[in-house]
Amino acid sequence: MLNNDSPGSPLPDGLQAKLDLVLEAHDYDATQIVGILLDAQELNELHYVPEPVSYYLAERLKMPVSGIFDCLSFYSELSDKPRAKYPLQVCSSIACRVNQSDSLASVLKELLGIDFGETTYDGRFTLEKATCFGACDRAPALRINGQVYGPLHSREEIATLLRGLD
Amino acid sequence: MENFAFLTQNFGRYDTASIGSYMNVGGFQALKKAVNMDGEEIAQLIARNKVKGRGGAEYDMGRKWSQARAVQGEHKVIICNADEGETTTFKDRELIKNDPFNLIEAMIIAGWAMGADKGFIYMRAEYACLRPLLLNAIRQAKNYGFLGTNILGRGFDFDIKLYSGAGAYVCGEGTALIRSIEGKAGRPRMKPPFIKVSGVFALPTCLQNVESLSLVPHLLLDEEGRYAAQGTEDSVGTKLVSVAGNVQKPGVFEIPFGTTVREIVYGLAGGLPEGQELQLIQFGGASGKAAGPDILDCPYTYEDLRSHGVMVGSGGLAVVDKRTSVLDFLRINQDFFSEESCGQCTPCREGNLHIKLILEKLSAGTATAEDVRLMKKIARVMSMSSLCGLGETAQNTLLSAMQVFPEVFEVTERQTGGVAL
Ligand SMILES: Cc1cc2nc3c(=O)[nH]c(=O)nc-3n(C[C@H](O)[C@H](O)[C@H](O)COP(=O)(O)O)c2cc1C
Ligand code: SF4
Ligand code: FES
Repeated sequence: MLNNDSPGSPLPDGLQAKLDLVLEAHDYDATQIVGILLDAQELNELHYVPEPVSYYLAERLKMPVSGIFDCLSFYSELSDKPRAKYPLQVCSSIACRVNQSDSLASVLKELLGIDFGETTYDGRFTLEKATCFGACDRAPALRINGQVYGPLHSREEIATLLRGLD
Repeated sequence: MENFAFLTQNFGRYDTASIGSYMNVGGFQALKKAVNMDGEEIAQLIARNKVKGRGGAEYDMGRKWSQARAVQGEHKVIICNADEGETTTFKDRELIKNDPFNLIEAMIIAGWAMGADKGFIYMRAEYACLRPLLLNAIRQAKNYGFLGTNILGRGFDFDIKLYSGAGAYVCGEGTALIRSIEGKAGRPRMKPPFIKVSGVFALPTCLQNVESLSLVPHLLLDEEGRYAAQGTEDSVGTKLVSVAGNVQKPGVFEIPFGTTVREIVYGLAGGLPEGQELQLIQFGGASGKAAGPDILDCPYTYEDLRSHGVMVGSGGLAVVDKRTSVLDFLRINQDFFSEESCGQCTPCREGNLHIKLILEKLSAGTATAEDVRLMKKIARVMSMSSLCGLGETAQNTLLSAMQVFPEVFEVTERQTGGVAL
C-alpha cells in the first residue's frame, strides 16, 4: 500500500479544503514539507498527522509518502500518533532545571494524576519533557501548543493556568 | 553600566510591521550604499572589524564572504541560520522580534556581495510566533522592489523564502539544516563536499547566523567608526549575550567586548538570587564550556575567555548557583545531548549513552576510577570521530568540568577489582 495512488481511507469532510489552503500557503512546494506538516497537524485537535493526511499530502506534492513518514519520525515537533488536546511540555534544559522546573513538573503530575509520557483519562492533557525552547528568560517555562508560559512557580498559578485552558 | 546600542540601535524605534516606518529610521540606506560597492569591499569591511560568526563556531566572517564570492555558480544561496537551538541562547529571537527588516536588508546585501540570487531563512518551530512578522517583512520588501528582479536598477535578482524547523537541535548544523530545507529529515552528512561548494540543491551556499548578518547594515552605515571604537584589538565592537539560569534579571544584553563577566552577571543580569553563591557559568550553551567563579573578573572577549578555558560560542551564559551540584549540572547537560543526538553515527550515539550511564553511577557513588577514565576517553573519541559538530562538541562541557572541578571526579577505589591507574 506504500503507493501514492492509494491514499488509504478518504479524508473527512472539510479537511481536504483546509489542507489545500495549507498547501497553497506553502506554494505547493514539496521542499516546505516540514512547515506543511506543522500546519497540518494543527488542523487536528489531537495535534498529529493521521496517515490518510500523509498520503493526501504526498499525492498533492508529488513526493513519496516515505519521505513524509521519515520527517514525521525524525522531527520531535511532528507526530504521527494522537497526542492530547493540550500537550504540556515542561522544559528540561539547564536554565529551567536550575529554576525548579522539577517542582513545576511535580505540581502538574499531582494536579493531573499522570507522569511524564502519560495522558489523562479524558484525553485532554499529556505531560511531556522538552529540550530548551528558547524561553530561558522565563524559566521555569511550560509550553502548550506553541504558547509559552512562565516563570511558573506557585501551585496556584499553575492550577489557574490549567483551569483557564478551554 | 552605560548602554551602548549598535546591533540593537533600531530596537523600539520603528513599527516592525511597516517598511515605511523602517525606512523613516534609515532602513535600506545600507543596501543603497552596498549596491554602489564591490562585494569584496563589503567583505573587507567585515574583515577589518574582525567579525566572527555569532552562531557558535566563531569563523572569520569577512573571509567566509570572500570565499563565497570566489565560488563560481550561476545560482548561489545565502542561508540565515535562525535555528537558535543552543540552550540559554535567545538573542536571535530578540533580533528578529525587534528588528526584522534589518535582517531582511542584511540578507539582500549578502546576496549582492556574494553574487547570490536565493535567500533562505531557517527558523526554529519554537519561534513560530515570529513567522508572520518575517513573512510580512519579506512581502513588503518585495512590494518596494528590494526583493525580486533588477533590485535598485542594478540588474541584481534576489528572493527570500522562510523555512521552518520542527524541534531538532541538530538542524542548526549546516548539512542537516540544508537537508531540512530540501524537505528531508535533517540528518547531517559527511563533508566534503563543503556547503560553500555544494549546499542546498547542490548549489554553492553561505550559511550565516542571524546576529552575524544583522551586524552588516549597521557596519555599512557606521562612517564614524562607532563600532570599531568599542571592544579590544582582537575582539572588536559589541556582542549580544543572553544570560539565564540563577540570575535575578535574565535577558539579552548588548555589551562592548571587554566587559567583565562580573559586570554581565551582577550588573546587567541583576546578580544571583538573594543569598546564593555561584557554582559555575556555562558559556555558549550545551555545547559550550564551563568555568568556576574565578571567571568573574575575566573580560568577555574571544581571547580572554579562551585563555580561561571557555568560549564565546553562541553568546549564552548559563549561571548556576550552589543549589545545583556540578554533577547534576552535567547530567542535565548530558540529557540534552542524549535527546538531541540523531543517532546516525556510532561515536555520538553510543558515546552519549555510555557517558550518561557513567554520570549516573558517579551520582549514585558507584562509579570506579576505571569508569571515570573510560568516560574521559569516550568524550575524547567522540570529539575526534563523530560525523558532525553535535557529537564533536557534545562533551565540551564535561571535559572542561573535569579540568575545573577535578574533585568531583575523584573516586575512592573499593578493594575488590581495584584498577591500577
Ligand atoms: C549541532 C549544531 C547546532 C548548531 N546550531 C546553530 C544554531 O542554532 N544557530 C546558528 O546560528 N548556528 C548553529 N550552529 C553553527 C552552524 O553550523 C554554523 O556554523 C553557523 O550557522 C554559521 O554562521 P556564523 O558563522 O554566522 O556563526 C550549530 C552547529 C552545530 C554543530
Ligand atoms: S555526531 Fe551525533 S548528531 Fe551528528 S551525525 Fe553523528 S549521531 Fe548524528
Ligand atoms: S532552558 Fe528552558 S527554555 Fe531554555
